[in-house]
Parts: sequence; structure tokens; C-alpha cells
Amino acid sequence: MIYAYAFVAIAACVAIERFHNRRAKIAIALALAAFLAIAPRFYGNEAVFSILADAAVYVMLALGLNIVVGFAGLLDLGYAAFFAIGAYTYGMLASPQFGLHLPFWVLLFLAAALAALFGALLGAPTLRLHGDYLAIVTLGFGEIVPQIFQNLTKYTGGPNGIAALDIPSFFGHSFGASVMPYYYIALLGIVAALWISRNLRESRLGRAWMAIREDELAAKHAGINVLRSKLAAFAIGASFSGIGGVLFAAKLALVSPDLFGFQVSVLIVSMLVLGGMGNIVGVVVGSLLLTIVNSALLPQINSLVDTTFHTTIDLSNIHFLIYGAILVGIMLFRPEGLLPNRERRDEFHHNGEAEAEA
Amino acid sequence: MNALLDVRGLEVRYGGIVALRGIDFRVDEGEIVALLGANGAGKTTTLRAISGLLPIRAGDLTFAGTNFRKHGADAIARLGIAHVPEGRRVFTRMTVRENLELGGYAVAARRELDVRIDEVLSIFPRLHERIAQRAGTLSGGEQQMLAIGRALVAQPRLLVLDEPSLGLAPLIVAQIFEVLRDIHRRGTTIVLVEQNAHAALALADRGYVLRNGEIARNDTAANLARDPAVVAAYLGGE
Repeated sequence: MIYAYAFVAIAACVAIERFHNRRAKIAIALALAAFLAIAPRFYGNEAVFSILADAAVYVMLALGLNIVVGFAGLLDLGYAAFFAIGAYTYGMLASPQFGLHLPFWVLLFLAAALAALFGALLGAPTLRLHGDYLAIVTLGFGEIVPQIFQNLTKYTGGPNGIAALDIPSFFGHSFGASVMPYYYIALLGIVAALWISRNLRESRLGRAWMAIREDELAAKHAGINVLRSKLAAFAIGASFSGIGGVLFAAKLALVSPDLFGFQVSVLIVSMLVLGGMGNIVGVVVGSLLLTIVNSALLPQINSLVDTTFHTTIDLSNIHFLIYGAILVGIMLFRPEGLLPNRERRDEFHHNGEAEAEA
Repeated sequence: MNALLDVRGLEVRYGGIVALRGIDFRVDEGEIVALLGANGAGKTTTLRAISGLLPIRAGDLTFAGTNFRKHGADAIARLGIAHVPEGRRVFTRMTVRENLELGGYAVAARRELDVRIDEVLSIFPRLHERIAQRAGTLSGGEQQMLAIGRALVAQPRLLVLDEPSLGLAPLIVAQIFEVLRDIHRRGTTIVLVEQNAHAALALADRGYVLRNGEIARNDTAANLARDPAVVAAYLGGE
């Protein structure tokens, strides 16, 4: 069931990428959105849509990181920190922790704003760093934030985190135990994230990011405010992650520091690499594939092995090995990702340029 | 005549090393000024300091009456100084048109940008032929034209060029200098740094000779080209 949904979504994405006709692209996208909105009435159960809702949150995160890494070319290895900030915003302000019960909908926007603020705060001291150096500093930030949440026991519940978070409601209707509201909100979130990504890429800011990624000095020569553009990338990218964090925390009704470790940052970067950095549709495909592998395929193989061979192996323990294998395979056979954009394809296939010159 | 660009007592250091010291120079509206000197004399450093790409230790920079010493590179570009960098630095993976669009980054209105790009393309018919091509596929000369074209889209009052002839065949260099003459006729003031002192002095009205981070000579281009010392040092005898 879950594979059927994932297959339809990925097939539609590939079709959107292959068609060159703008109207055909829009038609496919609308058809996919309609399918994903209506299909739950007919097929599937809560378990399937729980996984799909998580997948949708990861798509949002990947789209946010894509703005930082794919558009602006700033390798951020601590992106999970903003996810954590979003989740803890909900955890601390909509739970018995402080007796604060702010509405879910308000916190969605507050978390986006807070994550953006921290994105800019992280960005500010790293702006003069490039490549590896930037990656190391962001890596550090990604480690520091969960550590802070873990050690501020008085405010964050320490290693145990905060449980019994408020169940959101919509005009007085509580979400209850159903995952469907989260699924729909996450779908809307993806639509919004896609729309924002697309418009940003075509905007003046998007062109500035492209120039900075290509050649920062030349971008300065062209009169682009490099510092401000980079800060904007960090802030906007982080805000997607803040919203994702609230959704994630509310659905789980729990936050704890170990949910936002380095592996989450790596997972999201892997999604970008797999799908094709910088290309919006590619990023969606990459994040869907990895989430499905992670939350559906691996558990199923586990239980299959369990029943056939009567031994228990837990593949989720070696999921990093599996990501690693996927990434190595991608790097060997298709380093630009599954659905790359034009610039990125060129980056890895210089021979095409050489031929054009000859 | 009022100076368009007035540089007073410019000092730049790299770490503890003094790269430029007490540089005074001015460029009047409508002039072409050449900066000459050996490798490491401070020519490129001077241009980069003017464009806001290096921190300035001391001195004052004025452009059309505005002191811009504390401006960032983007603000200086908006003032009307466009810098064509050494080594061209076009965005190789973008098309010719995308490169030109980035030159007009400060231009908000799409229609205005298109008009300006068309004007630039009328100066460089070669670029017009290659408008949809990736800049990385252009020849060195075409890339230099693109770099100049990209700067011109901003419609600068002052065009600053760093070694536009670097690594180009003599025939192409002649074409580039012909274009610069044309751009100057259309009313743009030009400052250029050149190793090719013959070509630079043939084009320029005045020249400054830099030596070890200081101005060693300042004269009209014609006098510099006749000066035996300058000829021996920078024009390779004759």
C-alpha cells in the first residue's frame, strides 16, 4: 500500500521532470495533489498515513535544506538543529511543562520565525567561511543544540524530553488519535514549500544565490550583497525546518533530544544528494525514497527475515550502512543525483562542455 | 573639472605587509586612465580596494562627491562603479543571457533590464549569436567580452578593468581595445590595469606607474610612452 502511494508520487515527479511543456507539468502536479488528498478515503489505513505524514515532514525539511545547500551552495551539516528548535517550541509552549498551551496554529508560525532567527544567528558568524570550514561549524551547531536541550533539564525535561504534548485542534475539533490531520497539514506544507522554493529560485534573491554558488567573488563584482543573501538562505531554509519540527512533535506528542541528532542532519543531506541537489522535484523524490526505505522497507524486511528464518535481525541498526551504500552507489554511477538540474549535471560532466567547444 | 573618482592617501595591508601606501590618484569624468607597473606593484590591489573588495587601512575614496570609504562592494556597485575582474570570472555554468542579467542585479524592472541587455548586445554582436550558450563554452575573448558586457548592463559611470588583455591573442586584444574605445565614446569613464602597456597607453589619456605599492609616476599617456625609463621598465625597450 505504502509503496503504491510512494510509487505514484515518484512517478508523477519523474514525469514532471521529463515533460517540457509547462501546462503538462502543472496538470500532473495538480492530479498528484488531488490523488494524495482524496485517496485516503478509499485506500490505506492509519499506519500507512502515519509513515506518509512523516515522509511529508521530511520532504519539507529537505526542501528547506535545499535552499541552503542546493540554491546558495552553503553546506549545512547541522540542519537538524532547526528541526529541534521547531519541535521544542511546540514541546515547551504547548504542554504541561510550563502550563502553557498555546494553539498549534500559532506555534507553527512562531516556530518558523524562531528557527529563522536561529538560522540567521548561526549564519552570521559563519558567513566568511567556505566549503569544509562552513560544514564543520554547522556540524558543531547541530551537535550543540540537542546538547543544550538535553542539559537544560529544568526547562526541557533533559534526556527524557517533554511528553504529553497538547493534541492540536482545528476550530474546536480535536485531532484526537488520528494521524490524518497531520498528513493533510504536511501535504499543504509541501505545497507551500514547493511554491516558495520555486518562486525564490526565479527571484532576484534566487539569482543572487546562484551567482554566489558559482563564484562568490564574481557575485560581489556584480553588486550582490553576498552576506545578506547568505543570511536569507540560512533563515528561510531554517524556517521550513521549524514548521516541520512542530508537525513532528505534535504528531508524536513527545520531544526528546535524541530525536534530533547528527543522523537526522545526515539523513536530510543524503536525501538531497540522492535526489539531485538544487532541483526541487529531485529533492522531493530523494526524500520520499529514503523515508520509505527507512520507515517501511527496512521494518518489513526485518519481519520477513524474522518469520522465514526464525532469527531476529534488526536492519534499522544498520540503516546507516544502507544509506552509505546508497550514497556510494550514487556517487559512482550518478554523482549529480537521480533528477539533477542543468547546472549540477554540467558540474559532473565536463566532457559535454568540451564537445560543445570543439 | 571635478574629479569623478578621487583617491587620497589610500593604504592597504595584507596582515602586516603594506601592499599600498599613500596612493593618490584621480580620474576625471570622460577620461581613460591606465595603471601600470610590474607584477606585485599593487595595481590589482588598488582596483580591489576601490571596489570595496578589500578592507582599507587608511585614506579616503570619493566618487562623484560621495565619500564611499565605508561602503560595501554592493553599495559601491550601486554608486556606479563596475569592476571587470582579472581572469574574467564569468559564471561558466550559466548562459550568456543569465550572466548579463546578473550584471543588472540592481535593476529591479524586468523591462528595463531587457532594454539594457539589448544595448549591450548591440556592442557585442558575438554575444548575441551565443546568447543561449553556457558561458563556459565561450572562447577566452568571448568570455572577456561577456565580462565587460556584464559590467556594462549596470550602466556604470566608471568602468574599472583588470587586465582585459590577459591570455588573449593579439587580434582579440585589438578587438577588445576597440570596444573599450567605443564604450568610452558613448560616455563611460574608464580605469584600466594592464600588463600590455603599449595597448594601454595608446588608449589612455593619462597613466600612473605603481612601484612597490606607491605611485612612482603620474603623467599623460603620451609622455609616459615617450619616457625612456618607463619604456625600459614596462614597455620592454623598443
